[in-house]
Amino acid sequence: MDPLPEELYLRCVHCGMCVRNCPTFQETGLEMDSPRGRVQLLRGLNRGELAAGPGLFRTIWSCLDCRACEAVCPSGVRIGFLVEEARGQFFEGGYRRSKGAFLLNLAMRFLFPYPGRLELAGRLLRFYQRSGLRTAARRLGILRLFPPAVREIERILPEVPAKTARAILTGANQNGREENGTGVKAGNGRTAGLFLGCVMDVLFAEINLATARLLERHGFQVTAPAGQRCCGALHLHNGSREQAKKLARRNIDAFLAAGVDYVVTNAGGCGAALREYPELLAGDPVYADRAREFSRKVIDIAQLLEQTGFLPPRGSFPRQVAYQASCHLKNVMGVADAPKRLLRQVPGLTLLEMPDEARCCGSAGIYNLTHPEMAEALLRRKMADLPPGTEVIATGNPGCLLQLMHGAEKYGPPVQVKHVVEILEEAYAAGERKKVTLT
Amino acid sequence: MTIIQKLAALVGQQNVFSTPEARYAYSYDATFRRCQPDVVVRPANTEEVSGILRLAWETQTPVVPRGAGTGLSGGSVPVRGGIALDLTRMNRILEINTADLLAVVEPGVVTDDFARAVAEKGFFFPPDPSSSKSSTIGGNLAENAGGSRAFKYGVIRDYTLGLEVVLADGRVIRTGGRTIKNVSGYDLTRLFVGSEGTLGVITQAILRFIPPPEATRTLLTFFPRLDDAARTVSAIIARGITPAALEFMDDQSIRVVEEYLHLGLPLDVEALLLIEVDGPAAVLAQQIAEIAALCREMGSREVQVASTAREAENLWKARKAISPAVARIKPTKISEDATVPRSRIPEMVRRLKEIAAKYDLKIVIFGHAGDGNLHPNIMCDERDADEMRRVEQAVAEIFQAALELGGTLSGEHGIGFLKAPFMPREHGENGLWAMRSIKQALDPRGILNPGKIFPLAQ
Repeated sequence: MDPLPEELYLRCVHCGMCVRNCPTFQETGLEMDSPRGRVQLLRGLNRGELAAGPGLFRTIWSCLDCRACEAVCPSGVRIGFLVEEARGQFFEGGYRRSKGAFLLNLAMRFLFPYPGRLELAGRLLRFYQRSGLRTAARRLGILRLFPPAVREIERILPEVPAKTARAILTGANQNGREENGTGVKAGNGRTAGLFLGCVMDVLFAEINLATARLLERHGFQVTAPAGQRCCGALHLHNGSREQAKKLARRNIDAFLAAGVDYVVTNAGGCGAALREYPELLAGDPVYADRAREFSRKVIDIAQLLEQTGFLPPRGSFPRQVAYQASCHLKNVMGVADAPKRLLRQVPGLTLLEMPDEARCCGSAGIYNLTHPEMAEALLRRKMADLPPGTEVIATGNPGCLLQLMHGAEKYGPPVQVKHVVEILEEAYAAGERKKVTLT
Repeated sequence: MTIIQKLAALVGQQNVFSTPEARYAYSYDATFRRCQPDVVVRPANTEEVSGILRLAWETQTPVVPRGAGTGLSGGSVPVRGGIALDLTRMNRILEINTADLLAVVEPGVVTDDFARAVAEKGFFFPPDPSSSKSSTIGGNLAENAGGSRAFKYGVIRDYTLGLEVVLADGRVIRTGGRTIKNVSGYDLTRLFVGSEGTLGVITQAILRFIPPPEATRTLLTFFPRLDDAARTVSAIIARGITPAALEFMDDQSIRVVEEYLHLGLPLDVEALLLIEVDGPAAVLAQQIAEIAALCREMGSREVQVASTAREAENLWKARKAISPAVARIKPTKISEDATVPRSRIPEMVRRLKEIAAKYDLKIVIFGHAGDGNLHPNIMCDERDADEMRRVEQAVAEIFQAALELGGTLSGEHGIGFLKAPFMPREHGENGLWAMRSIKQALDPRGILNPGKIFPLAQ
């Protein structure tokens, strides 16, 4: 294994300010499960004081990569990047995440990078869910033949929508700007390139469509460049850095060629990965500069709406909502309060205070599949933290959506889980319905 | 049965760790030296601690108690190996008694958590070492930690009424009690507080707390001349005003923070003072005006008074940014806490600057002006052997300077093993003999945190 650049870990003065912010440390209380411990063990590996072995892999793979530590590190140590780099080296060296991750590795190589295959998979899944096959499979216990990770996926997947947003949005230049009677539009005709994502688009196409509609309502010209691919975040979490770089180059090409003003994301995990392309491609002679140019355009939907002038919906969303931050949205993209500020402007909506909203729910990409025990422990705590009276949990990332849906089902209370843009869009739609009935 | 097997029998296999990774992860605190324990043990209660110590006593195994490992003197670094006794599983607040204004806590409670729990009951626990978000009550007690409020409110020692301590051979004693007045026999509570785990293992503490101040006011000011800043501090105190915080930053700290945050701090001044007063709201307005007038009178360049909590937070920005700012300059940071009488601060700062020049080192100086507790931070690179040699010499001279000015080696970090070699200079042979006699009486086999406080080879 190649040594990691010394500067990455030397900056850590092991002050310990990070440890209590780390969800895995909160669970186990072990230094090996803390950000400081992880950085120091990598230091040991680098200096030849520790050998690459099961203990070290456990430490590095047990990290959620949620970056809560980076947000509090007084020395600015890039702990997440260091962990991802190390995973990359482990991955290259053949030390994979876990045996159960074999299928995931396959999926990451042969499925996520290819939108056509993803769409096909989505259609098959939809067929499975709707044709009675799922009921039959569950009743017959066929699922027991599959590894736990697959069973877990099967169980928590929501109903797959009929069409992806890609199928609807790409190609055609969206120019259906709706008039909502408020005069000058915030977007003022600037172009927003919508980043669709892979999981988001197959499972939550409606959220992508809602995002596009929101942008249009605000006067943006929305496009969804057809050449875009999966962001590569799952690959990065998993150490598959070369695959991630390939995807990064494709995305950079697609969006820069489209000449958009913004690359708009609605998934914290994707947005964070896109933002960090410059680090990923730092050594690339052709793409290092392009990655920086691209990265500057990347912005989360909530932040964009707030920065350019949010037009609050007329319709209401009369529910009690608790906001659970997506770790990557908050810790990497730096979007902490913007989504909440938007939600507060929705008529009828009561925003409840979610205690410790920045603590990871345990989703963390595919962590809930590779480390079910830790992920479940975090999820249980998260659900127990929900303020009384919560009817809807709002969040900003597909992984979080899936995990929280699973949490609501398994640990209760029976709350709905929605993306922030869905709530906003529902309120707009409600306002329009009202208008229609009045006239 | 090996010792590790016996430990597992005492606390459960899942609480005993001896893998290379665990030993590496428990080899450091916030200083730059590391030594690995042979085994990490995480007991859950006093009985388990007692059992572990009995075993260590019988087998002459070193035991190094530790909390969060955020110390700045190497106090929890196992320099002779042995058992790293991680007390963070013992993290219950057993009682908060608002009638007697005291609480009973286990050592693994995080200081900030405790302060918050007390605040929720409407009271105030003042000790606030800057590590308080991570560090534990047990660690704070062992090192007798201070913080920025020490000048007005004292240090954790002043809030400790009693302790439960497991002695070297496993016996359990209770010191002090639940009263503020208590002159029954030797003050063992104060002996164990600050004993750095060399005399016993603290397994419970009875801590007092106080009613909170009604309000707080904050002021930031800059002095072109260091001496004027120092005179101002003395003048404020002479007026009978006792600020809750009196933070000082020198020109170098101001510069590194400005380069990092671009707050618009003046770069042609020798000192920054951040002054905070707290108490009855009615009194504060007048106090802060008086302080502002004094600052101007004594030659301050600019006085900013916060009128809202947010403005106060802004004024604290520079002070709180020192650590991250410093981290961007060089990878290794040696944080000292040599402390001098308040009136000698200007002289100490000058000496520190001379030392920095002499050894060609970058040193930023900040600290608590109210109690003379300065934090010269030496920025260096542990990979540079020549520089590290110069650092070592500089540190020795810093200690010497503090002692010559009537100060002490350590205001709040503790001696650990990094400052142990300098102990004879401060305490003399007889002073050290007295301390050693106590150590000898309580831990004749020398198993408790060996290598700490006392210089080696005796």
